[in-house]
Amino acid sequence: MTGSRSFLPWPLLRQFTAGDVLGRGAAVRSRRTDDIVPRTTGADRVAHSVCPYCAVGCAQKVFVKDEKVVQIEGNPESPVNRGRLCPKGSASKNLVTSDLRQTKVRYRAPYATEWQDLELHTAMEMVADRVLKSRKDSWQDIDEHGRKVRRTMGIASLGGATLDNEENYLIKKLFTAMGAIQIENQARI
Amino acid sequence: MAEAHPVGFQWVMEAKKRGARIIHVDPRFTRTSALAHQHVPIRVGSDIAFLGGIINHVLQNELDFREYVVNYTNAANIVSDKFEDVDGLDGLFSGFDPETRTYDPTSWQFAQEDQDGELGQAQADDAGDTAEQRDTAAGMQNEAHGMQVGSHPPRDETLQHPMCVFQVLKRHYARYTPEVVEQICGVSQEDFLEVCRAWTENSGRERTTALVYSVGWTQHSVGVQYIRAGAILQLLLGNMGRPGGGIMALRGHASIQGSTDIPTLFNLLPGYLPMPNAASHQTLSDWIDGVRNPGSKGFWANAGAYGINLLKAYWGDAATAENDYCFDYLPKITGDHGTYRTVLDMIDGKVQGYFLVGQNPAVGSAHGRAQRLGMANLDWLVVRDLFEIESATFWKDSPEVQTGEIVPEECRTEVFLFPAASHVEKEGTFTQTQRMLQWREKAVEPPGDARSELWFFYHLGRMMRESLAGSSDERDRPLLDLAWDYPLHGEAASSGWGEPSAEAVLKEINGYEVATGRLLSGFGEMKDDGSTLGGCWIYSGVYADGVNQAARRKSRHEQSEVAPEWGWAWPMNRRLLYNRASADPQGRPWSERKAYVWWDEDAQEWTGHDVPDFEKKKPPSYRAPEGSDGVAAIEGIDPFIMQGDGKGALYAPQGLIDGPMPTHYEPVESPFRNLLHGQQGNPTRKEYRRSDNPLNPDPREPGAAEVFPFVFTTSRLTEHHTAGAMSRYVEHLAELQPEMFVEVSPALAAERGLEHMGWCHVITARSAVEGKVLVTERLRPLRVEGRTVHQVWMPYHWGQGGLVSGDSTNDLFGISLDPNVLIQESKVGTCDVRPGRRPTGPALREYVEGYARRAGVLDHEEGPVVTASADAQQRSAAAQDGADQHSPQQREDQ
Repeated sequence: MTGSRSFLPWPLLRQFTAGDVLGRGAAVRSRRTDDIVPRTTGADRVAHSVCPYCAVGCAQKVFVKDEKVVQIEGNPESPVNRGRLCPKGSASKNLVTSDLRQTKVRYRAPYATEWQDLELHTAMEMVADRVLKSRKDSWQDIDEHGRKVRRTMGIASLGGATLDNEENYLIKKLFTAMGAIQIENQARI
Repeated sequence: MAEAHPVGFQWVMEAKKRGARIIHVDPRFTRTSALAHQHVPIRVGSDIAFLGGIINHVLQNELDFREYVVNYTNAANIVSDKFEDVDGLDGLFSGFDPETRTYDPTSWQFAQEDQDGELGQAQADDAGDTAEQRDTAAGMQNEAHGMQVGSHPPRDETLQHPMCVFQVLKRHYARYTPEVVEQICGVSQEDFLEVCRAWTENSGRERTTALVYSVGWTQHSVGVQYIRAGAILQLLLGNMGRPGGGIMALRGHASIQGSTDIPTLFNLLPGYLPMPNAASHQTLSDWIDGVRNPGSKGFWANAGAYGINLLKAYWGDAATAENDYCFDYLPKITGDHGTYRTVLDMIDGKVQGYFLVGQNPAVGSAHGRAQRLGMANLDWLVVRDLFEIESATFWKDSPEVQTGEIVPEECRTEVFLFPAASHVEKEGTFTQTQRMLQWREKAVEPPGDARSELWFFYHLGRMMRESLAGSSDERDRPLLDLAWDYPLHGEAASSGWGEPSAEAVLKEINGYEVATGRLLSGFGEMKDDGSTLGGCWIYSGVYADGVNQAARRKSRHEQSEVAPEWGWAWPMNRRLLYNRASADPQGRPWSERKAYVWWDEDAQEWTGHDVPDFEKKKPPSYRAPEGSDGVAAIEGIDPFIMQGDGKGALYAPQGLIDGPMPTHYEPVESPFRNLLHGQQGNPTRKEYRRSDNPLNPDPREPGAAEVFPFVFTTSRLTEHHTAGAMSRYVEHLAELQPEMFVEVSPALAAERGLEHMGWCHVITARSAVEGKVLVTERLRPLRVEGRTVHQVWMPYHWGQGGLVSGDSTNDLFGISLDPNVLIQESKVGTCDVRPGRRPTGPALREYVEGYARRAGVLDHEEGPVVTASADAQQRSAAAQDGADQHSPQQREDQ
């Protein structure tokens, strides 16, 4: 490339005049090309993560700038994925930055036809109240054979395969202590 | 694998580059088939016949790895002469009770030696009430338990005794000839024998073969026995515990392995300890003995320490030796409390509240209509997710709102939809499919009111405890005494709403000394006197030396291929389970190319490329002293250290509800009669027969084949994730796969008048779903039992929500379950396929009911489950009583 702006900057012309006949080198570069930098270079920090989709466990690098996720890439150091991600893993930046994500608690009252918004701590109070009430209303000290069971059959839960081990640990610990036993996840499905 | 686990598949391609032969057995030609050397199309639901055929090929031609088989498996064990196999009993094993449709496994046990008589009786007694075991999915505990058989059954290492496992197995599979495989599976004899050749030639001292399955294999009424069949074959060929061998389960969610190890499951506590059962675990010692089974070999002998450490982790200072460490605080299970039973209970109005945490059963569970009708009959529902998923909106836009079965103004369920934090907005560990934990760092704060589950459940527990403070009610003690004090951080910590420390929780899971707080280096340090606590014994060591071992990220370029310093695998960072089997009985590598773990004579210890999955200092020559049990009874040649006899189980006398060996049964819905036996399907399967769960008819019913003539199956697309909550709301993925479609062969398209890219719909007795027709030779009609069978394939990712919407395939399935683990049969069913779109509104229900009526199943008048002859049923029931004893010699003559 001559660098001059006065000539027709045809790529084809540049290819032949600059000796880059196949058009795979300098001939196809432009000022814009040179100005482009990867989103990763300006990141304030990189967090080590793991892909949230299937169970292969591909390591991810999460690039953060101004407290926003700007890019997610496979970690080339990982012995699992060697930097590669599949279409889903590659879309995980889109997953976490999507405008469609819920950011407010939504509440549907009995018999209502629409959602309404709820304040987070209010919603927590309401759920805690309902759990305690259902637990009380459905409590069993003994079963129909007179055996000690100490439980509620009124509260069930499903989920865990997408969660962290630490989260599953607290979920099972809390439900067990409150006497809820119908606790299940995708591993049964 | 290339479709659903593409990045894992790169290692298959690496192996191919190095000369490995790749065989893909699948009803449909996929990206995996395209890269394999051989694709074998198979009829859905016939896998045991296929694998049984290979087992037969190995046994008839003596192609097993004999030295491995004799030393490392239970091939030499002598089975009780009361055992009778399926061939003489029309498809039943001995000990069947037609009333409960379960087995008394007494006759399946190993023979008793005089001195072992007491123990043998204990084995049989321990087998317990199998109907109850089915309801509580007790077999699942065997993920880490193994069988609790006695340690020294009589053996014949020449493998000639007619009742030794090897000979029993050989007779069992003798009927699975290439001709029979062709008849049942629709696989040509040529294709089949090529698989047999490749598998056997690539196994032995110098070579190993890996068997990889995806967990659709588990979604069958005989799912556990599918995997057992794979295990038998891999053991016979010496492919277990060796590099390049094994059985790899490709699980489908980032931490589904973790959520099984630290279970959110009704029948398990962390580390595969059973949830106590009201019938058999009323005291701490009942519970512990139920796990460790005194007299057995192996590491479960220390179950007391594992159980007490868990109770101490749960109830802290309140748990003392005097009160049996608060064992009484654990609620007791009494039967089937699985997710499908619970959903039917919701329909019946027995459940008030339901939490859905990162799960979308309105689309992802079998029988979507039942799921949604259940949710519409609750007092309250809490949904925690990233998006407004179908399970949160069933009251306003579900298919049942269209049909008029759910009317918003009449639906009383109160719904809370809480926004959840994503994987980059919280820290913690996932356990991937090879048992490896990897710690994730938090990158950013979650948006708005989104919070982690750690936050939600910690604060829910805190608020409940605050509400109950001062209660004198005994039932509130477990909550009030709970060890629920985790350090909080983040901006909201000062107001009491901070984020709990995931590191603190992981430390509790790892375990520590109560007095000093010193973190344990592994489960070997767990004490049964309350001086240590630890929430999940198999994860103990993840915080060894006070270091978060799961956060290790040493570059793959700076360590060996085994990569022991990337993350941390349970147990004790062992990357390949049972790897003592990678060395011969004397402790030497089977061959130089397959050297992995071996005995170092000079150092007098096990060493190698991995952490030995064996006591480091126990020499190969070690033999157990007379009368020993537990860890001391594991001999130097017992690689399978969690099994009650230290051997790989070719034959499983305990732990399985449906038989000691896999045998071919037809799927619950099948157009074919069972070619081998009168017993059509798995006789012990779990069924819920009720009018809202109709099953397509048995092929013996007149006219059944005309109403639902085709077989269908489902699987994932590369671009979508299960029930779609993490992909249909993501622009790139929605654009890549925008629409529900149905794959059919050109022959079926011609038969039914289906037009490529036009509409069609698929009908079962539960529902009808529509999609675009994709006519493709990826599916081929197969010849089965002398006639042509068409198979239909569908992805199952759509629902009414998201950027791209469509009908949900899982609506087509009914509910019938594997008896061992209570997982539903949702990879095979029968159906009809018709051109055009399905009816909408109330007409949809009329249309589906019309089909059910014509098939004769509208009023749940499905045929009997037990179809073996009455005579066979009687003889099976009698066999356990000794009324029908044969000597082994007589049996041989029959």
